[in-house]
Amino acid sequence: MEWFIAKIFAKYNYWVSILLMMIGFYGIVAKDNLIKKILGLNIFQTAIFLYFISLGAVKGGTAPIVDEKIIQKGYLYANPLPHVLILTAIVVSVATTAVALSLVIRMHREYGTIEESEIIKKSSEGHQTGENSKVHH
Amino acid sequence: MSNFIEHLPLLTVVISLLSAITILIAGWIYKKIAWWISLVTHLSQFTFSLWILNHVLTHGPIHYRLGGWVPPWGIEYVMDPLNSYILVILLFLALFCLLYSKRNIEHELPKKVVSFYTVYQLLLTGLCGIVVTGDIFNMYVFIEIASLSAYALIASRGKIALRASFTYLVLGSIGACFFLLGIGFLYAVTGSLNMHDLSLLLPPFYKNRVVIAAFVFILVGLSIKMALFPLHTWLPDAHAFAPSEISAMLSGIIIEVATYAFIRVSFSVFTTQFLQLFPIFEILSWIAAGGIIFGSILAMTQMNLKRMLAYSSVANMGYIMLGVGLSTSTRLGLIPPLIHILSHALTKACMFLVAGAFIYKADLWYIKDLQGLGRKMPYSCMGFLLSALALLGLPPGVGFVTKWYLIIAALESKKYIFVGVIFLSTLLMVFYFWKVIEYIYIRIGEEGAKEIRIDEIPWSMLIPVMVLGSLCFIVGIVWLTEIPLPILDRVNSLFKLGRVP
Repeated sequence: MEWFIAKIFAKYNYWVSILLMMIGFYGIVAKDNLIKKILGLNIFQTAIFLYFISLGAVKGGTAPIVDEKIIQKGYLYANPLPHVLILTAIVVSVATTAVALSLVIRMHREYGTIEESEIIKKSSEGHQTGENSKVHH
Repeated sequence: MSNFIEHLPLLTVVISLLSAITILIAGWIYKKIAWWISLVTHLSQFTFSLWILNHVLTHGPIHYRLGGWVPPWGIEYVMDPLNSYILVILLFLALFCLLYSKRNIEHELPKKVVSFYTVYQLLLTGLCGIVVTGDIFNMYVFIEIASLSAYALIASRGKIALRASFTYLVLGSIGACFFLLGIGFLYAVTGSLNMHDLSLLLPPFYKNRVVIAAFVFILVGLSIKMALFPLHTWLPDAHAFAPSEISAMLSGIIIEVATYAFIRVSFSVFTTQFLQLFPIFEILSWIAAGGIIFGSILAMTQMNLKRMLAYSSVANMGYIMLGVGLSTSTRLGLIPPLIHILSHALTKACMFLVAGAFIYKADLWYIKDLQGLGRKMPYSCMGFLLSALALLGLPPGVGFVTKWYLIIAALESKKYIFVGVIFLSTLLMVFYFWKVIEYIYIRIGEEGAKEIRIDEIPWSMLIPVMVLGSLCFIVGIVWLTEIPLPILDRVNSLFKLGRVP
């Protein structure tokens, strides 16, 4: 039991991010719907963000705002660097999602579906009739 | 004047970013100006990169502190022989792809000219950024900038490229996330993100499981980006359906820059000391050997010319990683992989540009449709022939030089089986390139051939093909004279490689 508490409960933040990561990964691999795949990707990315953010936490620490009083009295403050890194990573993730969603919209316009298996079927039919060799603008 | 040179690493990245915005605004007013702005930017970037290389070789590394913040707190750009060499290759190839794209994009994507060049400049921003940076998180951001622009550029082709781009996006994002997670582990252990600082802080933790996990995550993440077998699944479709100059960039530069990132992280952050604790590089060279054979065999079965070239890229990434894998156990160090990065960039870019020429002229995608083109498009077919022969290893082509050095490296580290792998893959390569050359030059006027009226591509597209095709042999001869080898020797001494343990 003590082992359990030391390994699982004391480090629950890591376990949560591992769990979220696996859920996201499952979504990417197993879902046929392209939007659900993107959701899976987002969960996957969020798991990593949460890992980073929890790294910066300091027990009893306050917000890292530079102030004479705080510095003099030797207050603890959370490490701000992981948070700043993750702000950047969130921007990257938003951009990825935007590109992915725009691709899905284009695919829906071209194939009339967002199920990956149907898109594969339709594009391979096009392949056989030689339609694929033509460039579509 | 030397003060100005110190700013060049940053300028190379920033002018590309600024030109992307300028193109978007100026192109909105006058569409034709987009290409010219892009050309001016490329030319100045290329000049800068040569200047940097010259300065690095004569005066030593350049350190640039962003915003004047002292590392390890601030972001630092470091130019040493390794990344100035890669930067020159990258911008040289980008310049020729740009020359080629003037007519090709007007033909393929007439409505998207301005946005194409905008995203193209963003792609270059990302690629240059990956190469110049000395900060590992900054590298992640630039990898994502480059990848996102690459997804958009692939998808610009329209219907057939959409799914390829989506697959690349999903896999590429997973790869980038793994890389980010690896950075997170390193940060958790050391509290630093500067590469040089990390390499100083890490040694006491080399046996720490978190550090080992970080290395594995970074390896897997970057392997997806560089399409190392068996993580190459996104590559064939993406290469086959992207606009031709983007295929050339993807195959010649984007996956190579990911390899550069791996070399940089494994030697600058983890150092050879760490790599020799575990048999990582030995496993890596076996995986690479698998990739060489697998890529070559699949390339043989392809009917679509660009897909065939794409699988050949998988095999060639295997060559580069085999060189990296052998680097810690031979005197040659990183010389074979770095030579092959240049060889593959020149030859494969040239071949993709010629494949693009066939599509530009008559929408020919399949190898069997290429009958008799050797007479109708003599110069571009000549470019294909030259680069195929150079990649095969006809002396004094660039492929010969790399295979020569790789075989010496394999013999020196007593891994004779890799010599066999190189010979076998060369045989397979002869087979699949011969198929193309046979259709182009020998099978003429057979039954069932499409009767097509076709002539040579315009000059602005022909010049890049001809220059790259002839460079395949000129550069090979230059390597054989051993004049540029000191650059690579400096890379080896930088990473304490090239000494037999």
